[in-house]
Amino acid sequence: MAKRNEMVKETAGPNNQVTELSHSEAPSELLRELVSHLRQNRTQLREEWVGSISQTRLLTAMTKEEIFAEATSVYDSYVEALETETFEALQAYARNLSERIIPRGVETHEVVGIVLLLRDVLARSLFAKYQTDFKKLNRILDAYEPAANRIANTVAVGFVQERERVIRQQQEAIRELSTPVLQVRERLLILPIIGVIDPQRARQLTEQLLRGIRTNRAKVIVIDITGVAAMDVTVANHLVQTVEASRLLGATVIVTGLSPEIAQTLVTIGVDLGKMNTVGDLQGGIEQAERLLGYKVERLAEPR
Amino acid sequence: MEVPILKQGAVLIATFQAALSDADLNQLRMGLVQQVVKFRSRAVIVDVTAMDVMDSFASRTLREIAHMIRLRGAETVIVGIQPEVAFAMVQLGLTLEDVTTALDLEEGLAYLNEKFKNTH
Repeated sequence: MAKRNEMVKETAGPNNQVTELSHSEAPSELLRELVSHLRQNRTQLREEWVGSISQTRLLTAMTKEEIFAEATSVYDSYVEALETETFEALQAYARNLSERIIPRGVETHEVVGIVLLLRDVLARSLFAKYQTDFKKLNRILDAYEPAANRIANTVAVGFVQERERVIRQQQEAIRELSTPVLQVRERLLILPIIGVIDPQRARQLTEQLLRGIRTNRAKVIVIDITGVAAMDVTVANHLVQTVEASRLLGATVIVTGLSPEIAQTLVTIGVDLGKMNTVGDLQGGIEQAERLLGYKVERLAEPR
Repeated sequence: MEVPILKQGAVLIATFQAALSDADLNQLRMGLVQQVVKFRSRAVIVDVTAMDVMDSFASRTLREIAHMIRLRGAETVIVGIQPEVAFAMVQLGLTLEDVTTALDLEEGLAYLNEKFKNTH
């Protein structure tokens, strides 16, 4: 089908000039004719569209009834956008639709796919209607194609924007949850880091840690990075800087749980190992911190 | 504005004010280095709590003070570096290597007392 569309477009190209010269009908008039055609054949075209959606296995996350209901409103807003040549209403609808279907796992390619399918279904019906009058068909397509492409664009952009908004929101939520600075003994803080550290999160971690040192009057901090699989050079440098800044506040930092990959990164950037105090695991780190603070932990009895 | 140098037992304490000119810093450096021997002090504490910005000259002067004091036979502790200042310094590469630091004046004194107790 795509092939045939291209062919038609190619032949439509050189004919553009003819259309412009003849000026027999204004584009808005052609669009009006087009819209009334689409209104008249609403039921049939919509069914064809829904049929091709299920045929191409798009929107599998939704039931047939849901697809049909959404298709009806998409169809109507589509025709309305063609008629009025304003896209705000459609844009708002696209955003609203995205908000509903993104949580259900609908992908970008599916949304773009169904809009393109609708464009093709409608174009086909135009071919069928005007097949006897080739010149008129070309003029109609000249009016239809830019508008249809713009609609497809609007819907796709609306969907992607909505998705990005959701992603941003989730990132913020993760960030808020992700940086506890905990006191385990007097003057001993631990900072467990889990997940991916990007430069922004690294900066936030540092700020919270340095502030935590001040408010808790900490002397030793154990930073546990068991839950961090890898870090890039920027973040590794940031970690080293955090260790040095903590020292300027009079605190000692012990880093525990370095993965082999992170060890590799630190060696690659040439960290001065005299400055970095590292211990294999969190338990070892806390034990060393206790020694530094003068604690001695003794077992008084066998566990029951 | 001159920085006052207080004598507290075997320790000299110098407290930075917010805005110090380069000349003030130079004067402080000479004052400390002279007085540490004059008063037979064992240590110097430089308190920078009031400084919310630390430029490279101030930072370099702190390091020089520490090294000169060591050559004069005493020890230096820098106390009260603000968290934001600490990170800014590190990013500029001003890490005050081989200089002892402590959270605040109290901590610095506690550190020195502990140290002197062991050497008595």
